[in-house]
Amino acid sequence: MLEIRWHGRGGQGAKTAALLLGEAAMQAGKHVQAFPEYGPERMGAPVQSFDRISDQPITLHCSVTNPKAVVVLDPSLLDAVDVTAGLNEDGVLLINTPKSPAEMRKSIPWKGKKLFTVDASTIALETIKRNVPNTCMMGALIKVTDFMDFNALLEDTRNKLGKKFKNRPEIVEGNMNAIRRAYEEVKTQ
Amino acid sequence: MAEAMRQINPDVCAAYPITPATEIMQIFAGFVNDGMVKTELITVESEHSAMSACMGSAAAGARTMTATSSQGLALMYEMLYIAAGYRLPIVMAEVNRALSGPINIHCDHSDTMGARDTGWIQLFSENAQEAYDNLIQAVRIAEHPDVLLPAWTSTDGFIISHGMENVHIYPDAEVQKFIGEYKPAFNLLDNSKPITVGAADLPDFYFEHRRAAYEGMRNAKQAIVEIGREFGKTFGQTYGFFEEYHLQDAEVALVAMGSTAGTARVAIDNLRARGLKAGLLKLRVFRPFPAEELAAALKHVSHIAVLDRSDGFNAQSGPLGTELKAALFDAGTRPKTVNYIYGLGGRDIHFTELEQIAEQTLKAGEPKDLNSRVIYWGVRE
Repeated sequence: MLEIRWHGRGGQGAKTAALLLGEAAMQAGKHVQAFPEYGPERMGAPVQSFDRISDQPITLHCSVTNPKAVVVLDPSLLDAVDVTAGLNEDGVLLINTPKSPAEMRKSIPWKGKKLFTVDASTIALETIKRNVPNTCMMGALIKVTDFMDFNALLEDTRNKLGKKFKNRPEIVEGNMNAIRRAYEEVKTQ
Repeated sequence: MAEAMRQINPDVCAAYPITPATEIMQIFAGFVNDGMVKTELITVESEHSAMSACMGSAAAGARTMTATSSQGLALMYEMLYIAAGYRLPIVMAEVNRALSGPINIHCDHSDTMGARDTGWIQLFSENAQEAYDNLIQAVRIAEHPDVLLPAWTSTDGFIISHGMENVHIYPDAEVQKFIGEYKPAFNLLDNSKPITVGAADLPDFYFEHRRAAYEGMRNAKQAIVEIGREFGKTFGQTYGFFEEYHLQDAEVALVAMGSTAGTARVAIDNLRARGLKAGLLKLRVFRPFPAEELAAALKHVSHIAVLDRSDGFNAQSGPLGTELKAALFDAGTRPKTVNYIYGLGGRDIHFTELEQIAEQTLKAGEPKDLNSRVIYWGVRE
């Protein structure tokens, strides 16, 4: 079972990312759970959300304490939240930052090998015209974890966003481009 | 649950929004607006009015539903008794949430436990699939001519109500065929068979009417089993009073309700892998309370950990702990039973904690005092 923890700030779409990814995995035939951590909902406050994705039915209904992958939507959270809590060294840490993984390692005590970065905020500003990095991070996550088919993610996200933004096709296309670019531009070194 | 309501397509729905049940009505109101159901949706100014409107509608012979949670259910309290006493088969989608105060919107079972003796049939759900399945069955159980009592299906607030997971939705036509058309034997609008609803009922007859309602609750046991079996034949998953998981040869049993039962399955798997004979009994039906059946299923178990996600404030034990122990006493079995009060106000219960609970319960000797019989798990003291 793959357990993913998303760290974001209220308004960046951490919850939406968990739900979109969960739905895409569900469409791809997986058993999934996707849920945010509910607390006082304030724009800018640190928030978390979670995915569980498995080939078998999932009966666990407790919190995710040992994720296999952690996605950080906002690099400023690194100073505020212990984002690697419970993340084993064989796990995946993916951070939205213009810096390289090598640069990030200087300030992160976590010793795992799979640390990746992607400049999702810049990609989002160029494609969606807003700093909403969540869909970018989904694309980058698929690249570095490879737990489901990338085209299936694109297709399902297009359908979901197409329903939500019926009259604004530019937002849907912007997100598609964002996901594709993040998939290509995620840095391993 | 909103999807089940769409398929049930009740004649009338009266509700007032409250977290975390709001989304059920929000989605269902969308179905009404889009013409996907023929339901008359009555928006009211409070839950007290919601249940009052439901009672009027059900007395007039309409298939009637509502949804609520926590403080909303508490505000319905007066009406809950009346709905049961008038034998109105109203069906409610309930989302378990803590009661104030202090204010808390997260899951525990205090809300429905506070209303456990109102005369409503009460089904707990482990996950979204069971919430959906139970709500469909609740219609049949409530409307069964030998039962005629209101019923709610509850599900854990946020943990289930606001989590996304896989649910298998059955075809509309099959669900509608399963629940069938509602043909009440009596209703207020049927002039050929006039009835009185809401009359004063003094010492000369009140007792007989309450006793008749009790018969309905006794009869519900058989109806629940029959309908659960028919549900299994139709849709694949059979339901009973409870579900056993590795219980047959267990030395220690966890008894749990709601989403914790799902987490407990993983705990049982891990304990079994370590050679511990642990099992789970997941209780689905709390009202009527299947006392004899529970005692029979647990007859061979030497140690029981009863998990209560609410506190009964009797300064003794939680509601499930109290009733289970009474059932075991009547059956003449005396397993070492420890009652755990856990997870109030949405505090997480991890599978490793459930493993610890099973391990420590198995080591429990003869409980000496209250502190060894009832343990507040995971609380700072």
